[in-house]
Formats: sequence, C-alpha cells, structure tokens
Amino acid sequence: MKNLASILCICFMFFSCHEDKDDNVLNSNVNFNFTHVWDGISVTNSEFNTIQFTNANGEQMSIEKLRYLISNITLTNTDNASFSLDGYYLIDVTNNQGLSFTPTASIPPGVYNLSFTFGFNNDDNYQNYPDLNAASWSVPEMLGGGYHYMQLEGKFIDNASAEVGYAYHAIRAVDNSGDELQFTDTFIEVDLGEITVSNNTAVTVEMNIAEWFKTPNTWDLIELNNMLMPNHDAQVMMYENGQNAFSLKSVE
Amino acid sequence: MKTRLLHISFILSLVACKSEPIENYVDAPTESPLQIPTLFSENIIDPVIPINNPQTEEGIALGKKLFFDPILSGNNTQACADCHAPENAFTDINQFSDGINGVLGPRNSMPLFNLAWNYDEKFFWDGRAFSLENQALEPVVHINEMNSTWPEVEAKLQEHSEYPELFQQAFQTLTIDSTLVVKAIAQFERTLISSNSKFDKYLLGETDLTPEELEGFNVFMDEERGDCFHCHGSDKNPLWTDNIFHNNGLDETFTDLGLGAVTGDPADNGKFKSPSLRNLSFTAPYMHDGRFETLDQVINHYSEGLKNSSTIDPLMKKVSQGGVGLTNDDKAALKAFLLTLSDYEFISNPNFTNP
Repeated sequence: MKNLASILCICFMFFSCHEDKDDNVLNSNVNFNFTHVWDGISVTNSEFNTIQFTNANGEQMSIEKLRYLISNITLTNTDNASFSLDGYYLIDVTNNQGLSFTPTASIPPGVYNLSFTFGFNNDDNYQNYPDLNAASWSVPEMLGGGYHYMQLEGKFIDNASAEVGYAYHAIRAVDNSGDELQFTDTFIEVDLGEITVSNNTAVTVEMNIAEWFKTPNTWDLIELNNMLMPNHDAQVMMYENGQNAFSLKSVE
Repeated sequence: MKTRLLHISFILSLVACKSEPIENYVDAPTESPLQIPTLFSENIIDPVIPINNPQTEEGIALGKKLFFDPILSGNNTQACADCHAPENAFTDINQFSDGINGVLGPRNSMPLFNLAWNYDEKFFWDGRAFSLENQALEPVVHINEMNSTWPEVEAKLQEHSEYPELFQQAFQTLTIDSTLVVKAIAQFERTLISSNSKFDKYLLGETDLTPEELEGFNVFMDEERGDCFHCHGSDKNPLWTDNIFHNNGLDETFTDLGLGAVTGDPADNGKFKSPSLRNLSFTAPYMHDGRFETLDQVINHYSEGLKNSSTIDPLMKKVSQGGVGLTNDDKAALKAFLLTLSDYEFISNPNFTNP
C-alpha cells in the first residue's frame, strides 16, 4: 500500500510539471515601469542635486529626493469587470528602487482601462504597513496618521538669490486648527485610459514632475516651501496639480 | 528508459527519508534566533540576518568573548568594548577614542544596538562598510585603533588555549580566520537589542508619560516645531532613526566630508548617518564628531544654530534664521521626551556585559 502511494506521488509530481497551455492562453502578468520627466526632459536620480529645473512660477530648483506611493492598480474590461492587482508600491526615484515591478496577479489578455491610486484611499491609508513604517513613511497621529503619498524635496533660488530647501510632502489634507481634525481626501484616482494586454505586456507610466507646480495652481515656492503637511489648503492644491502629473507613455 | 528513471527516483526518495546517525549532528551549533520585541515585530520588517551567518548560541557566546577580549589588538591592551562600553549603550564617553598608540580618532564612537535592523547595511558614520561582518574587520587593523593585522590576530587565536575549541563549537572548524572572527562578533552584536525604554512601555500600555513628556513627543512629531520624525523615527518606527545620511547643518564648510568621501559625489559632502535617539541618557557627547556635550546643546543647534551649506538637507527648515526657533517650554518638553527613549534594562543586561 505504501509503495503504491509513493508511486502515485511520483506520478503526480511528473504530471504537475507539465506545461498547462490553457493558463498561458488565459492569463498574463503585466510589468509596470515608472519613468519621470520635467516637461519632456528625462529625469533620473542622475539629474538630482543640481539646480537645473524651472517651475511654472519661474523659480529655479533642484530635486534631491523623490519617492511616492501608488496602490490599487486596476484593469477594467469592456464588460466593466475589474481586475485589481493587489498591493501597493513605494517608488523611490532617489535610490532607483521600485521603478519597475510585476504584480503577481495575472489577467486574461484583452482590452482594459488602466487606473491606479496615487497614495492610499482612506480604507488602505489607516492600515499598518511594517515596510512603510521601516521606510519612515508614516504620518503623525496629530495629522490623522496614515502615510505619506509623496516626498519631493530639493532646493530653489529665492528672491535673495539664496538656495533654500523645500519639502513638498503630499498626505491626506487635514485641518488641525480646531478641536477635531477635518479631512479632505487628496489621494488621486489616476485614469490612464485604454491598454491592450497580451503575453508579457509592459506598461510605462510617466510622471511629469513639473505638473506638481503648474496646473491649475502656479506653485509659489517662496510662500510654500516647507511645513506643508499641516497646511490643508496646500495639500488640496497638490491634489489639484497632481491630476495631470501621470500619463500612459507606452504599452508594449 | 523512463521506467528506469522512475525506479531510480523512487529509490532515491526512500533513501533520502532514512534517518542519519545522530553522531553527525553532535557538533552542530544550536540555533538561537533573535528574540524580536513586540513593537518591532508589529511595526517594522524583519531584521537582516545573513544566510551564511545564522545566529547560534555558540556563535553568540564566542562573539561576546571576542568583543571583550583585548587579544584582537596589536599589543593585547584594547578590546572592542573599550570604545563601545555596555554602560554607555556601547559607545565611548569621550569625544574621540584613543587607540592602542594613544592617537585619537576623528569621530565619536557609534553606539551599538538594534544593528540588525539597519536594512541598507551601511555601517559607520559615513556608511563605508557594507554589512555588520565587514564593519568589524576595520577597527582591528586601523592604525589609530587596535593596530593589529589579521594574520597576527588569527595566529594568536589559533595558539590560544580556548579559542580553537570555541570556534569548533561555533563553526565546526578548528581553523580560525578573520571571516569567522567577524561572523562571531556580528552574531553577538545582533543580539544587542534595545526595546525597553519608558516610551516603549508607554506604547505597550505598561506605563504613563508625564504631561511634559507627552508634549515633548508632540514637539518631536510636529512639522511646525521639532519635525524630528522625518529622520528619527516615530511611534511607528521603534528604531528612532532612518539609518540614512543627512547634512544636518553643523558646518558651513567641511573638514570631514562624511558620506561624500566614500561615494566621491560632492552632493554627499557633509552627510552623516542619522543616529538613533534611543539611549541618549548614556551616549553623550553627540554628533559624528562629538561636538555637543549635552542634549540641550543638540536641541539648541536645531532650534537656532543651523549653518547653511550646499548640501544641507531640505528638511533643515528656516536655516536663514538658524532653525525652527523652539520656545524654552518646547525645548524642555522635547528633552523630557527624548530621555524617555533611554533603556536602562539594556545597559544593565547581563547578557551584554563582560563575561
């Protein structure tokens, strides 16, 4: 009896190694690449730490740190069925980490609308994420807790021609001036439009960093350069400017 | 052919299931996984343990003996513990430490605790050593520290009456080399876990903070006051450091380039690793060069003493005004909070003191 069971186990092992062609037909993984530009000029961490960008307000500036969070990557087909590629991704341009990833969930080939959340929606924002805590990504409880959506830091030239630091940190907007915290949702539902998914599809998403300083709010770094996390109105302006920061660069 | 292969596989699987003689395992060291504190396991990811240097009882015990043994120095007078004293959270009370020749080093000795959670594994103030094991290689041979050579150390340990047997127990070899020495020391250092401060106990609901200490925590977390949390952890990050390199506005020009000397990138000049704020009660003087003797001086630096330079961190706000300009009450509260991060059980833990 034992021998029979052993032989059956070995047979199963062999059969399980067979290629399942049906799976290959039905399911695909999608690779995502995030690239960055400043109004069409490519930006990588090689361009960091030098004053070489000019924002819409005419201020010359540099980037020293850029990292941001995306979550809830969703593919919705023409029948309105959604495939959520679970998880969240901390994209760290400063250290060139997390710019390319492939979610483990696979989906059938086809035509989909691609969307994701910049930051966390409110349900996700108030969970506990050890990897994000370890990355010093959390938001103080006095501002409602949760997590940063983006940390963009660098220097700009002020009116006195001096280099001044800025810390453009995006979080869920909160007014903490009263007895109770008053929130405004500032995560961004980014809709990238239609893509066709086949085997080994690679999607490239582009962030135009200049957009964070441009439309509809011309960002004045002289006025708004630091201590922006407790600044409710500044957070709403970031949310508004971020609406057009991401675009679909290519699908291959 | 296929049938023959199947039979061979089957026979091999049966053979593999046979128990081996117990004598083969007699000398294997006993696994001793790190005891991860609750606040760490709940809030941050697992520590870094190299796959080729697992924690074992024998390895840790050997590492501890080596850490306190002056045999590692050129003239047998100086141990690791001389500049990394347990009662000072494994740092030195002196601004600079002297080596066996009496020459002072250029930087303050770094405290040693929670090192396994340094995820990027960049050690020293300037991050020049990758991995805890590699870090331990340098002080032994540095001319202004223990000023020995690894062949000399290996020979002394090899001829010692106890060490060969201890290496045999820890690593199953009687042949001692520098790789095994630093592996043992790193195993011991990874056990140096500090997690029992007053603030830890407050987070665990085991004690209360005073109103001043609580207010100090608010100053620490408030981006419009201390804004310490961006670099020094929070209630969600019990390490109380980001283990990243920053220019925190100490100087307008640099005599010590810090990270910049390691990377060769001028953008890194004047950057040093954020130290943990745990155990400040025991780790004075402060900063990479030990320039501040008291915590008050440190707080005053961030409040009104910042100096501008090309690589100053953007998080150092209001530099033109010298800093964030804390009130005297804010300063006192911040200091009271910072002192709640000191772990008296850590510095008196018999597992960490001289055997």
